[in-house]
Amino acid sequence: MANDNRNGNGSGEQGQLSRSERTVGSWELKKGLAQMLKGGVIMDVVTPEQAAIAEEAGAVSVMALERVPADIRKQGGVARMSDPAMITGIIGCTTIPVMAKARIGHFVEAKILEALGVDYIDESEVLTPADEEHHIDKHDFTVPFVCGARNLGEALRRINEGAAMIRSKGEAGTGDVVEAVRHARAILGDIRKLKSMRRDEMYTYAKEIQAPYVLVEETADLGRLPVVLFAAGGIATPADAALMMHLGVDGVFVGSGIFKSGDPKARGIAIVQATTHYNDYKILAEVSRNLGDPMVGINVGSLSAQEKLAGRGW
Amino acid sequence: MIAGVLALQGDFAEHIAVLDRIGVASVEVRLPRDLERVDALIMPGGESTTFGKLAVRWGMIEPICAFIQAGKPVWGTCAGLIFLARDVGRDQPTLGMMDIKVRRNAFGRQADSFTMGLHIVGVPGGPYPGVFIRAPLIESVGSDVEVLCTLPDGTIVAARQGNMLATSFHPELTRDARVHEFFLSTEFTRVQTR
Repeated sequence: MANDNRNGNGSGEQGQLSRSERTVGSWELKKGLAQMLKGGVIMDVVTPEQAAIAEEAGAVSVMALERVPADIRKQGGVARMSDPAMITGIIGCTTIPVMAKARIGHFVEAKILEALGVDYIDESEVLTPADEEHHIDKHDFTVPFVCGARNLGEALRRINEGAAMIRSKGEAGTGDVVEAVRHARAILGDIRKLKSMRRDEMYTYAKEIQAPYVLVEETADLGRLPVVLFAAGGIATPADAALMMHLGVDGVFVGSGIFKSGDPKARGIAIVQATTHYNDYKILAEVSRNLGDPMVGINVGSLSAQEKLAGRGW
Repeated sequence: MIAGVLALQGDFAEHIAVLDRIGVASVEVRLPRDLERVDALIMPGGESTTFGKLAVRWGMIEPICAFIQAGKPVWGTCAGLIFLARDVGRDQPTLGMMDIKVRRNAFGRQADSFTMGLHIVGVPGGPYPGVFIRAPLIESVGSDVEVLCTLPDGTIVAARQGNMLATSFHPELTRDARVHEFFLSTEFTRVQTR
C-alpha cells in the first residue's frame, strides 16, 4: 500500500508531494479532505432521498447510517455498520462526499466501508463498540477516519491511531447541545492552556492527559489540533451551530437534528447559512425564522450514565 | 493590495495563512459589501454545490461576475475552479465566467485522491507539489483560455483566461507559495488592463 501516513508535519512529506508519480492515501490527503469540509455542515441521512435533500440544503457531506442516533436510543439493541446496499444507494445519488460509521474497534466493518468507496469513516461511539480496549489502527487504511473526543487527551490518542479529523462526541440523538459545548470547550480550552506551558511542563502534561508527547508539542506549536475539529452531538438549531462555531470548531455535524424535525429541508438550509454567517446576528435572526418544530429532544441531565453514549471509547 | 478570500465555506483559512506568510493583507469575503474592499479574490477549495447555494442566497453571483468583468484578478482552487466554470456538466449554480468545461470528482472518490509533482507555466523552480482531493479536471477550454498545466496523460489541471486563474489542485495545502506569488505578481495582474 502506498501509505506514508505518519503523523506530524515532517518536512519529508512536502518532498513526497513533488514526486513525479501519484501518491495516494497520504496523511496530507486524509487531513486535506476534512479541510475542504471546513465551515460546512455534515448531515446524517438514512435514505438516498434524505441525501438528496441534504445536498439540496447545502450540506458539504452526508453521513450514511441505518438509524439516526435518536432512533438508536429509542429502539435500543446492537447498533452496527449500515447495510452496504443502503450505503451504495446513497453514494450513487449524491455528488458530495459520503461518510459512514463503523463500530469502535471493528476494523472489518471499516475495511468493508473502504471497499464500498466511502470518503470518510466515522469510528463512532454512536454504534455499539466491538472492542472495549482497542480502537481501529487507522493508519492501515487509504480512506481517512474521523473520531469523537471529549477532551484533548482523547483527541490526540485518536490522532495517534491515525484519525485525520476529530469531532466532539457531544451526546448524540438528544438534541441537547450541552455535551457538545462541554467537549469543545474542554478540547479548545486545554489547547489554550497548553500554549502557555514551558517545555518541562508539557512533558508532564502529556503524561497526565495520556497523549503522545510529539502530538502535544505539535498542538502547542500550531495553537490548534493538528487536524480539523468539528462539533457533533446534540446540535438542533441554527443558533446551536453558530454557538459551536463561536467556540472555535471548524464546522458541524448534525445528526438527528435535521431529519427528526418538522421541516428538514428548511432547517438544513438554515443551519448551513448559520454556520457560514455565525458572526452576523441579523442573518442568524433571519435564517432562524419559521423553521417549524425542532426535534423534541431529551434533556441530557435526565439520562443515566448507562444511557449516555459519550462514555464509549477510551 | 488587499486579497479577498471567499469565505462561504471551505479551506479559506489555509489561503489566508499562505497570504500571511508572503506578507499580503487579506480579508474574508462572505457578503457583497466585503468585495468592495479587495483588489483580488481567491475562491478556495470546499464543496462547490455549497458555494453555489450560499452565493445565490446572499446575492454574491452578480457582484463577483462584475468584479471579474472589471478586470480584477480572481483565482479558483478546486471547488473555486468549478465555481468559475461556464459548464460543469450538471445543473448547479456557478459564476459561468470562465470558458472551460469541467468534470467534478473526475479522478474518483477520496481513496483516489493523490499528490503529484507538477510543471506549471509561469511557476519556475522545479516541480510544484500538486494536491488533488476529489478533484475536478478541465475537459476542454475555449479559444481565449491558456492551458498552464497538464498531467502526463494530457489531463488539464490549471488554466487562465485573462484575469482568471483556475487550478484543480490545492496550493493552499502546501508550504510552497509559488502559485500564490504568481497569482499576485504583475506578470499575472498586468493582463487586467487588456
